[in-house]
Amino acid sequence: MNSLVAFYRSTIGKKILMAVSGLIGIGFVILHMAGNLQVFIGQNKINSYGAMLHGPLAEVTWLLRLVLIVAVIVHVLMAYQLTQRSAAARPIDYQHRSPQVSTLASRTMKWGGILLLVFIVVHILHFTTEAIDPAGWRGMTDSQGHRDVYGNIVASFRIWWVALFYIVAMLALGLHLYHGAWASVRTLGFAKPSPHPLHRRIALVVAAIVWLGFTLVPVGVIAGIIR
Amino acid sequence: MNLTLHVWRQTGPDTNGTMERYEARDVSPDMSFLEMLDVVNEGLVEAGQMPIAFDHDCREGICGSCGMMINGVAHGPSKGTATCQLHMRTFEDGASVYIEPWRSRAFPVIKDLVVNRGALDRIIAAGGFISAQTGGAQDANNIPVAKQDSDDAMDAAACIGCGACVAACPNGSASLFTAAKISHLGALPQGQPERNRRAQRMVLQMDSEGFGHCTLYGECQEACPKEISIDTIARMNRDFVGSTVAAREEKALGGTG
Amino acid sequence: MELRSKIPSGPLEKKWDKHRFEMKLVNPANKRKHTVIVVGSGLAGGAAAATLSELGYNVKCFCFQDSPRRAHSIAAQGGINAAKNYQNDGDSIFRLFYDTIKGGDFRAREGNVYRLAQTSVNIIDQCVAQGVPFAREYGGLLANRSFGGAQVSRTFYARGQTGQQLLLGAYQALEKEVSKGGVTMYPRTEMLDVVIVNGRARGIVVRDMVSGAIETHLADAVILGTGGYGNVFFLSTNAKGSNATAIWRAYKRGAAFANPCFTQIHPTCIPVAGEHQSKLTLMSESLRNDGRVWVPKRKEDCAKAPNAIPEADRDYYLERKYPSFGNLSPRDIASRAAKEVCDEGRGVGPGGRGVYLDFGDAIKRVGVDKIAERYGNLFEMYQRITDENPYEVPMRIYPAVHYTMGGLWVDYNLMSTIPGLHVTGEANFSDHGANRLGASALMQGLADGYFIVPLTIGDYIGSTKLEPVAADHPDVQATEAAVRDRVNKLLAVKGTRTVTSFHRELGRTMWEYCGMARSAEGLRKALEIIPKLRDEFWRDVRIPGTGAELNQSLEHAGRVADFFELAELMCLDALHREESCGGHFRVEHQTPDGEALRDDEHFTYVAAWEFAGEGKPPVLNKEPLVFENVALSQRSYK
Repeated sequence: MNSLVAFYRSTIGKKILMAVSGLIGIGFVILHMAGNLQVFIGQNKINSYGAMLHGPLAEVTWLLRLVLIVAVIVHVLMAYQLTQRSAAARPIDYQHRSPQVSTLASRTMKWGGILLLVFIVVHILHFTTEAIDPAGWRGMTDSQGHRDVYGNIVASFRIWWVALFYIVAMLALGLHLYHGAWASVRTLGFAKPSPHPLHRRIALVVAAIVWLGFTLVPVGVIAGIIR
Repeated sequence: MNLTLHVWRQTGPDTNGTMERYEARDVSPDMSFLEMLDVVNEGLVEAGQMPIAFDHDCREGICGSCGMMINGVAHGPSKGTATCQLHMRTFEDGASVYIEPWRSRAFPVIKDLVVNRGALDRIIAAGGFISAQTGGAQDANNIPVAKQDSDDAMDAAACIGCGACVAACPNGSASLFTAAKISHLGALPQGQPERNRRAQRMVLQMDSEGFGHCTLYGECQEACPKEISIDTIARMNRDFVGSTVAAREEKALGGTG
Repeated sequence: MELRSKIPSGPLEKKWDKHRFEMKLVNPANKRKHTVIVVGSGLAGGAAAATLSELGYNVKCFCFQDSPRRAHSIAAQGGINAAKNYQNDGDSIFRLFYDTIKGGDFRAREGNVYRLAQTSVNIIDQCVAQGVPFAREYGGLLANRSFGGAQVSRTFYARGQTGQQLLLGAYQALEKEVSKGGVTMYPRTEMLDVVIVNGRARGIVVRDMVSGAIETHLADAVILGTGGYGNVFFLSTNAKGSNATAIWRAYKRGAAFANPCFTQIHPTCIPVAGEHQSKLTLMSESLRNDGRVWVPKRKEDCAKAPNAIPEADRDYYLERKYPSFGNLSPRDIASRAAKEVCDEGRGVGPGGRGVYLDFGDAIKRVGVDKIAERYGNLFEMYQRITDENPYEVPMRIYPAVHYTMGGLWVDYNLMSTIPGLHVTGEANFSDHGANRLGASALMQGLADGYFIVPLTIGDYIGSTKLEPVAADHPDVQATEAAVRDRVNKLLAVKGTRTVTSFHRELGRTMWEYCGMARSAEGLRKALEIIPKLRDEFWRDVRIPGTGAELNQSLEHAGRVADFFELAELMCLDALHREESCGGHFRVEHQTPDGEALRDDEHFTYVAAWEFAGEGKPPVLNKEPLVFENVALSQRSYK
């Protein structure tokens, strides 16, 4: 068998593909979060940032989108295949089972992942294509003539269920990263031997920053800091 | 002390099993878990019933024969302990104890708590060795091995092949078992010539036996009676990637790949 | 019966070389056509199976466990001796040879033991090449320790798991050969008889322990590496499954059984805690390097907490009796001394069967950290089993049956008195005489398995005309029928008592009368009790279920039935050997101060017992032991 085919078919190969695509995702959410936080500087700042991504940097944006789309497809496909595999690996389950050390984060990777997938679709439809438009902000522009991302954010997050959906999704993202950021590095074999291999300080920091950074926006709107 | 046991009973490989309830009376806290089962079995035989079948041999935690899921935990509540070294003093008087066999597609139940772990032998046969034909060895001290490497190898080599890692893993993965052997031999200079081939063949065998994948839950490390670290899994993955790269290179150079 | 040891002539150090040259060879192309059966997958069996396959033979290997890696060799803790002299402390092949002969109280063959010492150096090389992670110094070279009273450091070790690591080395070599197709492995398969055709061992009858099927496997030669028979005592440090059935069946087909009474009692085991006890756990002998053994001077103090007994009221009896070796006295001596003080009523713990092994002084001297570093694992294991913390309270220890030096008689080629039936490791009698030294069992198992039997099998096959045997040969059919009959007979008893209750009672009798100290009176008593109990067994044992399924009661019953017969032979042998030597201590034969008293004039021989038929007394054959290179001396450790 061709060694690359063998690699792809192996559980480790699939895990490595998941890890790499996951790390791409982590890189993206950190950038995205940094972009979002400009909302605290003001309407002008974030709207012109949005305009820059769609104007002069459009090719770069599309390239990144392409990479991300591939990463998401690979990540989801591998997750699906591996989940099928692990279900098949234990056809008769235990009647009693008490997890000892596995974290909530690790045990919710599947359902959290599904929630995130739904969230990503909704989120793109909401802020990118504006197909979903709870606040009635579709096509609005600011005084500069830029698309009014800022206004959409503020108006949308003033609707309680939109804000709640985002806050819940970001909790799921934080949990997903708390396990994923750590596990992907270990899966790729970069882990240094440790007396406490289950400790994951860096992943905790990454997850906390990403969660906090994204959550600040709806919370800021609700608290009236962003108006 | 008295306990209520709920034990998986299954008469043969092709039959359906059920949980049966037994009362264990006058259990001494100094008994091992298996000695408690011995007493229950003596009672069953005296009553003309089939005793509960379970694998056991050395009863000092090294042969790896014994193993059962006790209240949902592989080898029961004591950390770093095989079932045979678990003592009844870790249980409360009057407690209910649920006892089930290892559950994995790759470990079919033979009877009651006895499962077939031949898959683990086949993983070793696929490459878990150093090919050193008897008689061909040079003087032992001609191969110096750094103490740290030797200690790392020994940490991984402590695996007793009981299968608790598979049983405890939510995915039913044999990664810790496979990685322990890859790490043991890969840490030593003697193990280098076959390192790529070993990782490649053992991982593919592990997959073909129907074990699940590794999500790094960490349950295997916790269940392992020898407390083998999941660090070994990182090493296995490195070696597996390395073996794929090496195979590409060999192919490019016209080797047999 | 003629006992030809076939020790090659010539000087001691040239014998094996000479023999290797004189042995017949099998053409490499023909080896594949020859099938060799190996029963047992421990060091002596697994190593032989792997090596024979490497040589090109077609090998079938059988074990009763679910995997060859579980053989009881795995439980050996301490280490393996080899005359490498890496420490430059004056060790040599001759010194290892001499220590082993002397340690065995001059009841082993010079030729075999010398070959063992010679081979020891190759074993270490082989194991290191396989990746056995022996302990190392910072410079990367192999570490050694001294062990079992040896005055040189020649013991190689892998933490407290040397047996495990050596066995995994052999197991991995075996699996390598399985993957190449040279070895077919039959796990969960128990040998129940040996097939003899025209006076030669040509196969075995086995029971598949999962399906219950009884089948015959034919071969050109058979090797038994099936371990020792310590479980005749019910409580021992052996694995629960360890049994004598393979060698006992062979005995009943004509293989002589040598020195059955030579059993080793290990001094440092965790004492029996109660009636439920199913086995005993050994604590490594290395504990005696720092622990001091004592009991209270007065019986009245025995129930007191040990720390409440002042120094002046403690009797450090090993240091008192053996001032030069003290707590490091050899196994047999330390064991007997413990029994003596307990017999005097000064034992401690449940039933008064225990002595203290106290680390208080060592902790004061080197600190608790150092002690934890040296013995942490063992202390943890002790605490897990007894719920007592040995850092604070002295450990309690008591001797337990550990190893059996006796076994099937073999010649220099490791062949029994049945041509074609070879016996390796603990299952044979050859190298340890009346007492085995620490770290020598692993050495012997691997020497036999890797380096000796693979060559002597070639000599046997190369020099013997082996006509083909068909599965329907009347002798094959008869043997298989006999096995079926026996299984059915056991199942047909349908009595009231469990197998374990019989085994426990047999064990208690053996421990009482054929244990650490034996007397003619006690042995005669045992010879009355055992046949009665055996009759009761065959009348009243209850085995639920059928033969056509996994039936652990049936397996156990078959083994216990054989233990009954073997127990009787052990007592007979112990009764006939009117001397004390090594592990065999006859109270009638001791020096005025209670030490073992050998009778070299009358007993410098191997007692090889021959089965004479059911109901008939076995026949005693004697192989005289000739010592040309060492002078017989009294062992003294004072």
